[in-house]
Amino acid sequence: MKLEAVNDFVVKFANVNGSGSASANTLFARAILRMGVPVSPRNIFPSNIQGLPTWYEVRVSERGWLGRRGGVDLMVAMNPQTWDKDLAEIEPGGYLFYDSTKPLPKSKFRDDVNVVGMPLTEICNAAYADPRQRQLFKNIVYVGALAALLDIDPAELEKLIGEQYKGKEKLFEPNVKALRMGRDYALANLPKPGLQVRRSNLVGDRIFLEGNSAAALGCVYGGATVAAWYPITPSSSMAEAFAKHCRKYRTDPDSGKGRYAIVQAEDELASIGIVIGAAWNGARAFTCTSGPGISLMQEFIGLAYFAEIPAVIFDVQRAGPSTGMPTRTQQSDVLSCAFASHGDTKHVLLFPEDPREGFEMAAMAFDLADRLQTPVFVLLDLDIGMNERLCQPLKWDDSRRYDRGKVLNYNDLEAGKRFGRYLDLDADGITYRTYPGTHPKRGAFFTRGTSRDRYARYTEEGSAYVDNMERLLKKFETAKEFVPQPVHRRAGKGSRFGVIYYGSTSPAIDEALASLEGEALYVDAMRVRAFPFPDEVTDFVAHHDHVFVVEQNRDAQLRTLLVAEAMLPSEKLTPVLHYDGTPITARFIHSQIAQRLKAFNVSPLKRTAATGE
Amino acid sequence: MTYLTKPKLHHPDLPKNSLGLTRRDYEGAISTLCAGCGHDSISAAIIQACWELAIQPHRVAKLSGIGCSSKTPTYFLDKSHGFNSVHGRMPSVLTGANLANRDLIYLGVSGDGDSASIGIGQFAHVMRRGVNMTYIVENNGVYGLTKGQFSATADRGSKAKRGAINTDEGIDLVLMALQLGATYVARSFSGDKEQLVPLIKGALTHEGAAFIDVISPCVAFNNHEGSTKSFDYVREHNEAVNQLDVITVHKEITTRYEPGEVQEVRQHDGSVIRLRKIEEKFDASDRIAAMTYVQSRYAIGEIVTGLLYFTPKPRDLHGSLNTVPQPLNQLGERELCPGRAALDKLNESLR
Repeated sequence: MKLEAVNDFVVKFANVNGSGSASANTLFARAILRMGVPVSPRNIFPSNIQGLPTWYEVRVSERGWLGRRGGVDLMVAMNPQTWDKDLAEIEPGGYLFYDSTKPLPKSKFRDDVNVVGMPLTEICNAAYADPRQRQLFKNIVYVGALAALLDIDPAELEKLIGEQYKGKEKLFEPNVKALRMGRDYALANLPKPGLQVRRSNLVGDRIFLEGNSAAALGCVYGGATVAAWYPITPSSSMAEAFAKHCRKYRTDPDSGKGRYAIVQAEDELASIGIVIGAAWNGARAFTCTSGPGISLMQEFIGLAYFAEIPAVIFDVQRAGPSTGMPTRTQQSDVLSCAFASHGDTKHVLLFPEDPREGFEMAAMAFDLADRLQTPVFVLLDLDIGMNERLCQPLKWDDSRRYDRGKVLNYNDLEAGKRFGRYLDLDADGITYRTYPGTHPKRGAFFTRGTSRDRYARYTEEGSAYVDNMERLLKKFETAKEFVPQPVHRRAGKGSRFGVIYYGSTSPAIDEALASLEGEALYVDAMRVRAFPFPDEVTDFVAHHDHVFVVEQNRDAQLRTLLVAEAMLPSEKLTPVLHYDGTPITARFIHSQIAQRLKAFNVSPLKRTAATGE
Repeated sequence: MTYLTKPKLHHPDLPKNSLGLTRRDYEGAISTLCAGCGHDSISAAIIQACWELAIQPHRVAKLSGIGCSSKTPTYFLDKSHGFNSVHGRMPSVLTGANLANRDLIYLGVSGDGDSASIGIGQFAHVMRRGVNMTYIVENNGVYGLTKGQFSATADRGSKAKRGAINTDEGIDLVLMALQLGATYVARSFSGDKEQLVPLIKGALTHEGAAFIDVISPCVAFNNHEGSTKSFDYVREHNEAVNQLDVITVHKEITTRYEPGEVQEVRQHDGSVIRLRKIEEKFDASDRIAAMTYVQSRYAIGEIVTGLLYFTPKPRDLHGSLNTVPQPLNQLGERELCPGRAALDKLNESLR
């Protein structure tokens, strides 16, 4: 049997970390995009610099499904260490592409898998003398061969190489040569698989970028000037991207000096301390980290909450607890961020679904933090942060102004405007602040994590403490109007069943809902984009008999938050949980929901004229 | 205990500085520390130094951690913004504040528990980075607020009030600051105002990381026999290496010194530091020599005080990061946001 598919299959590259495969594999994915066919690639990598196995999985999907599909149609097995596992993953009738230089016993193959062997090492050894070149060009050679086998336009590949090595023509020629070497061999010697890429126009004006880079760009657009961070996977590339974007967009053209300050701090405690100090002093500041960093920052986060200092914290989540699986994805910091620190605290959380929303929510987070004078968490995860994703182009409205919130300036103070740092003049729980150094005689106050009265004077009076804590609750209520509202999607027919999801689960949900609908199982959907939950979330649950809450963690953390904070009835909310560290798939969501709907005795509705079937 | 304000009645004849301000204009709330606490003398010295330098009070940002010493910023400069942060983490908060607005004067106040125990990491790194600040440790070798436990600066062999002997080696923050690249390092004694006020003035005018370790006896828990941080012990073992004068650009130089006795150094901000040597062999411009000297005197039981090291042309974090001269907190959309056209171009490159 041979799998046959056009523009709808999964290719997985099994490589050795540090062998230079990453750029070759990206080239493969981008060439398909350039042919107008949507792809969704994912890096599956170890916590290691060199030597351990790493994978790159490319889903080609004409229908535009960007979630992980599960299963592999063509395995490019370049790593002997993982051979057995890689082989086992191939769908029956699928294909195995491997380096056939060294003969392998028949027992190393599967009868139901089609084998395409190419003597890559032999070809490269003959063409290159330098061992490093043999290794690096081997990757380009196999890309050339695969492109030929799958009908990927060689012109697109060469164009991409040209763009990559613009100004470095010396590198262009040998890369193209390697590409052609692979192509020529494949066309002359290898059988064509049943998988094919056919030029289309389904990509449109969409762009292809990583979530961490997009969020970092959002920080530039949102006016962040101070960043402090401590290296941790999977967030380091966000800080590095911010530095890169700043060099490009924030360097004063005349003096060459930077309109930004980035400190790689000694640890996460110092990182958040720097952010709080900068924000207290009127600069927009952020840190980016992952779960362990959030744990370390707890005390400071409580200070920012209680002393009411804006701070923007990006948590690129990975699998916990403890060191967990540092290079695998999860949504498992929802509760530790929502209630970070000791005492009674609650924090604003934002849940971007992809790099585009990572950009938007990053920029928005600074407005929210200034407006609400409190920490704001942007919860990315490894799946969004460290993978290139096809998404809508980034947008910016030049008339947009930063919302710096309630800040009294020199003129306000000089005019005698009433000032009490914790005095709720507008009855929205948000009070006015001043930056240090504003006025010689007015507006100075003492910031502290200890209890104080409305005029920032230290007190341990119970009534003053309660007054302040109640105002903080009121402020959190006010936050509901400012945070991004949920996205509500009704199934074709409307349904008494609903599903709530958030963040990187989006593409898998899109696909799962479509496939459920294909089986006449209708489920309404709500994508939650922020905590505190706007009223629409409560209404959604109220209007459905039963709601599935899909998450990528073990303990149903968002569901806990829905029950505890939105006072929703727990018996109405069924958790659907995927937390093995791989991105959730549509197949998983489909099977879980379909199975449970059956348990609720839901028989598929009759297909209607509207679906055309 | 709630907040206590001082009556604002001024004596009409109080002397005024060049801004027309009296010392009272540099005061804060009434101290809630124990009567006779060394820390209150340090607050008084800070007030005196700021008044003499005619610093505009609101242009100072005062930051602290947690502990008795960290409470003191409430007791001086009530026209300044203050920030009582978390235990041992003042240096990072100060660093962030400094990055946001390089035009203010940053005064960090900390204690030996705050800086040498829980906060030793942040202490070290703020010195390494060369943050432009004055960092004062009010060092009493003891945890006051929690009633008398040893801190990490307590000397080995010294005795706690209840008789326990400290068996751990003491940390000398002066040596650490020297090794880690602070560009102005001094030690003084809370009971020696004559020495302390000029040292604080020198630190405030220094445009780099300035550190002053002020031994400040704890009258409640560390002022007994057997303590090496008591008033009596410090007075007996104090070995001053020099005497300091700080002359601001605006002030006429009036004092006369014999030539050869006095070393004059102009700082980056225009102020002049005049150093009168007491100890012949000591050279405050030699970092390595200062470290050796402090340690060799410590070995024979002496506490070296005075300006131990300084360089008139310090580096600072803004210089290292090459930031623009305008305070970052004053930049708006025009300077910070690349705008739509740049984004469209970027989108194009991502297809």
